[in-house]
Amino acid sequence: MRKIYDFHGGIHPPENKQQSLGGPIRSAGIPKQLTVPLSQHIGAASKPLVTIGERVLKGQVIAEAGGFVSVPQHAPSSGTVIAIEDRAIPHPSGFHAPCIVIECDGKDEWLPLQGLANYSERSPEELLDLIREAGIAGMGGAGFPAAVKLKGKPESQIQTLIINGTECEPYITADDALMRERAEDIITGVKILQHIVKPTETLIGVEDNKPEGIVALREAAQGSDIEVVEFPTKYPSGGEKQLIEILTGKQVPSGGLPADIGIVCQNLGTTVAVQQAVLQGRPLISRITTVTGEAVDQPGNFEVLLGTPMSHLLELAGYDSTRNKRLIMGGPMMGFTLTDLNVPVVKTTNCLLAPSESELPAPPPAQACIRCGLCAEACPASLLPQQLFWFSQGKEYEKLEQHNLFDCIECGACSYVCPSNIPLVQYYRASKADILQQRRDHEKSEQSRLRFEARQERLAREEEEKAAKRAARKKAAELRAQQAADSDSVEDPIQAAIERAKAKKASQQQSAATESELEKLEKAVASTRKRLETASSKLKQAQEEGSELVEALQKGVDKTQVKLEQAEKALAEYQAKQPQATEGSHDTGDAAQAAIAKAKAARAAAGDMSPQEKLQKQVDNLRQRLEKTSQRLAESRSAGEEAKIVDALEATEQRLQSKLAEAEQELAKFNAMEAS
Amino acid sequence: MALLRITSPHAHGPMSTQRVMQQVLLAALPGIVVLTYFFGFGTLVNILWGSLLALSFEALALKLRGRDIGFYLKDYSALVTATLLGIAMPPYAPWWLIAVGIASAIILAKHLYGGLGYNPFNPAMVGYVVLLISFPVQMTAWTAPRGVGEVPGLLDALQACFLPALYDGVTQATPLDVLKQNNSLLIEQLWEDNPIFGRWAGLGWEWANLAFLAGGAWLLYRRIFTWHAPVAMLLSIALLSAIFYDGGSSASGGSPLFHLLSGATMFGAFFIVTDPVTSAVSLRGRLIYGALIGMLVYIIRVSGNYPDAIAFAVLIMNFAAPFIDHYTQPPTYGHRKKTEQH
Amino acid sequence: MFELIAQYPLLAALAALVSLGAIFGALLGFAAVRFKTEGNPIADQINELLPQTQCGQCGHPGCRPYAEAIAGGAAINKCPPGGEATIQALADLLDVEAIPLDAEHGEENITAVAYIREDECIGCTKCIQACPVDAILGAAKQMHTVISSECTGCDLCVEPCPVDCIDMIPQEENLQTWHWKLPELGRRNLDIIASDADKGNVA
Repeated sequence: MRKIYDFHGGIHPPENKQQSLGGPIRSAGIPKQLTVPLSQHIGAASKPLVTIGERVLKGQVIAEAGGFVSVPQHAPSSGTVIAIEDRAIPHPSGFHAPCIVIECDGKDEWLPLQGLANYSERSPEELLDLIREAGIAGMGGAGFPAAVKLKGKPESQIQTLIINGTECEPYITADDALMRERAEDIITGVKILQHIVKPTETLIGVEDNKPEGIVALREAAQGSDIEVVEFPTKYPSGGEKQLIEILTGKQVPSGGLPADIGIVCQNLGTTVAVQQAVLQGRPLISRITTVTGEAVDQPGNFEVLLGTPMSHLLELAGYDSTRNKRLIMGGPMMGFTLTDLNVPVVKTTNCLLAPSESELPAPPPAQACIRCGLCAEACPASLLPQQLFWFSQGKEYEKLEQHNLFDCIECGACSYVCPSNIPLVQYYRASKADILQQRRDHEKSEQSRLRFEARQERLAREEEEKAAKRAARKKAAELRAQQAADSDSVEDPIQAAIERAKAKKASQQQSAATESELEKLEKAVASTRKRLETASSKLKQAQEEGSELVEALQKGVDKTQVKLEQAEKALAEYQAKQPQATEGSHDTGDAAQAAIAKAKAARAAAGDMSPQEKLQKQVDNLRQRLEKTSQRLAESRSAGEEAKIVDALEATEQRLQSKLAEAEQELAKFNAMEAS
Repeated sequence: MALLRITSPHAHGPMSTQRVMQQVLLAALPGIVVLTYFFGFGTLVNILWGSLLALSFEALALKLRGRDIGFYLKDYSALVTATLLGIAMPPYAPWWLIAVGIASAIILAKHLYGGLGYNPFNPAMVGYVVLLISFPVQMTAWTAPRGVGEVPGLLDALQACFLPALYDGVTQATPLDVLKQNNSLLIEQLWEDNPIFGRWAGLGWEWANLAFLAGGAWLLYRRIFTWHAPVAMLLSIALLSAIFYDGGSSASGGSPLFHLLSGATMFGAFFIVTDPVTSAVSLRGRLIYGALIGMLVYIIRVSGNYPDAIAFAVLIMNFAAPFIDHYTQPPTYGHRKKTEQH
Repeated sequence: MFELIAQYPLLAALAALVSLGAIFGALLGFAAVRFKTEGNPIADQINELLPQTQCGQCGHPGCRPYAEAIAGGAAINKCPPGGEATIQALADLLDVEAIPLDAEHGEENITAVAYIREDECIGCTKCIQACPVDAILGAAKQMHTVISSECTGCDLCVEPCPVDCIDMIPQEENLQTWHWKLPELGRRNLDIIASDADKGNVA
């Protein structure tokens, strides 16, 4: 007899499994419409291969894998693709996501299937490809692509293959039903997996609350080296890490994978899918789903096509919406609520739980944490949940990481036992997400910082290079002039050369002068502006103090203003005259700075403006932009530029016009309001 | 009808804060009955008057803090505080003494720190210590137990509480007092000379302690708390008293049995030390917390100024609880070192 | 000499103090030279905490200059993209009181990413020059585009665009970024301190 280990903590919630075990697995039939979400698994979404209006056969690939960690999707029944659009999908957020919608024709016409009779002669890689092509993703809950997990890392040798038939969540019996009715298929599937990973031991772990299933499995496994291990029922023994500890006594290192300690786990349901994919060539298009809870009259297990609306399934089970306040996909411990009855069944839908209000009452308001420590006793990861709770409340992320928040498997045992009804798991989920977000933000800001610094460096370098070039040119010119002077006494042609050199030198000097002229002008503007600023601040002070100097100062300010305007005008004229020079040296170098300065000024101004003023400013701004654009348009028209540019400018002009009209209208409204 | 959207888990266990508190109250019943049998109705009056005051103060504090009064009164925590303080106080205490104690416990130790769950110190013990330091005479006047003196009746108890000036009860030193003041008699002689020592640890006291032990055992069985802190405390008291019990000389600190069944040992171990809010949280931490309380209790009993020491020991260790927790974080799943793997 | 000093204790005290001052001054001077730290470590640490959008909303040309300004004593509440979280982190680092965001510099918004409507772009390169993190690709008279993963959402490129073809698209939650939020505390759990219980309701 194999030694069974125990894991820390755990709870014993009422199992409630009998309700759905009354009869055999029923077929859910073919609904009118099937909605296949492109993302039913962990990893990249699949990419659609069909077009609207296309007829598809049952089992046909309708979307290919979107990456390495991804799976393809298949048509669950024959029919016509009527839409590829965002539909409600089963996700705790209640968001919509891209789905392929198929209108079923009811014929259920299969694509011709081709299975492998003797898989043992094929290479593991070939079989892995088959599994991947069949679209198999873990059917226990998370939905990790099975082929990726089986492939593992090349450097880690797998010794133990564990099949998870624990099904520790209350209410769910999908795997139990499979064990009872399809034990042979399960064992065949396990044998295929054995052939792929070549483990030294193969274990099927089952909780002791499924005696019938265990008997059936053991019977089917007779004569093979597959061991069916039974262990005491305790939630959450079906967690991958917990199951590994129960069966082997080993712990998966924090942040690592089971493969790191030579173990690979697969869900029981996945083995049946593997068996079908390999032996029959049948892709994953249906699954066993438990429908249970007091709000359905005939709870049970259904074989249901993926994409079937939940409402169809609920109807089959005799759903009474008046008794039901929350609909849960998955079990009562880790499942999530659905807010839309029309979301489809997906690869991870192991259970649909429709409890009555008395069965799972709405949570009462949370009371204060009395640090009773029941949560720490229940935690299967040996965490200190109440400490984590305090830190989550205070958003002390560093402390949370210190207390190993990321080892929390969100099993809900802590919330279950909490006498104060604190939604602990929600705190952990939110905190985890916040920490991850923070990490991502920090990474991004780090990257932005590097890019910013690189840019600054580049600008500085360009500036330097330009300066160096200028200096070199000047030096060369001087040298030539020198040479010219030295050979002064020689004949006429030389004289001509000298003349030329002189002319060149003159032009060089002129360009140098231009440079300094521009600088001078700019400096003048800047200093005048500064003078104006100090003068006006002095004036303001004087006004506030009621000094006699006000008049004199006023005069001074006015004068400076005039000077500034002159200086600016001179600068503008100069720039207009020397368009190349200014653009070359000024624009590229400091455009960012200038933009920043401009934005800054605009913002500073916007900060202390009334809404009306803001509007006015907006209107002015738009008008200015419009003018600029019209001018540019006229220019490009006259210059005969490309039609594309002219068109773009025209479109811009129109848009700006309409924007301006809108803004003006708004302003007028505002003014009218003011007036009344 | 809109379907709810809430985070998992959707199922919830049967435990609630109210039920925890109710069970603590229930578990204290046998002890209260024994105390009443040996010392009369004093303790009962303490508890009832204290509870009334505690609920009023709690409601007042909640109102001042703008909280939902009904919601918080329902958690029974004020009643537990009042009961614990009522048991700890000497019977036949005057009404104002109880009022001061309850006010310190509820307003000072609990609500000024933010209410239930946020208080770093055990409220009942804060109330007790405030009284002990402020009114040492009243707080050390214990009635003689049945078998030594006359046990007062219910009317006497009410009179002692509400008309203290008219009440004249017989008080007597407790066994712990007598032992502390002893410096000439062998332990054996002490027992022979004083009927108050009863069979093992004091007339009345030993039975009260056994009753509290029974209540505590029931709470353990109900898994209201873990065994770690109380057992560590009792073991540490037993161990220390065994080491320093020199066969019963006049300088002896008393036998382990005496220390375990005298004073407030069992009451403290199962009703005070186990207060979750103010104790250490991790299991290893609770062992350390309990053991250190036991040590402090023994040291203060034998060489301190006060005859009993549960309150001081607990309050001192309340300070240390966060520190203990910091250093006793249990190893999380997946953080075991390679050598520890099976 | 000694007699003189003995006669005037004041002199003795003076001499002692001056020599002490000289010795310690020399020591400090030596330490300042010997153990000189390169750069400004505080500014570096502050820069670590800033969101590096380089948007200039704080009034400084980029995050680094603002970090240096904070190290020099500027207010810590001028960074709208960082918002309350950054202010809190800065307050923790500098051990000062966290103050609310200065509205003059803008409000905390959802992060946005610049998007160029490419068929309207005329290829003027103005936005390329304005981008502080070189996140816009393109050449003169060629269509430009934003590398959205590198865009910091600073919106400095919007203003210079002559044809107004740049939109700031707020980043909405999607399936990948969605997560449960912290439970909303009921009224009764909000405040721990008594006096602040009804502050919000009175007014």
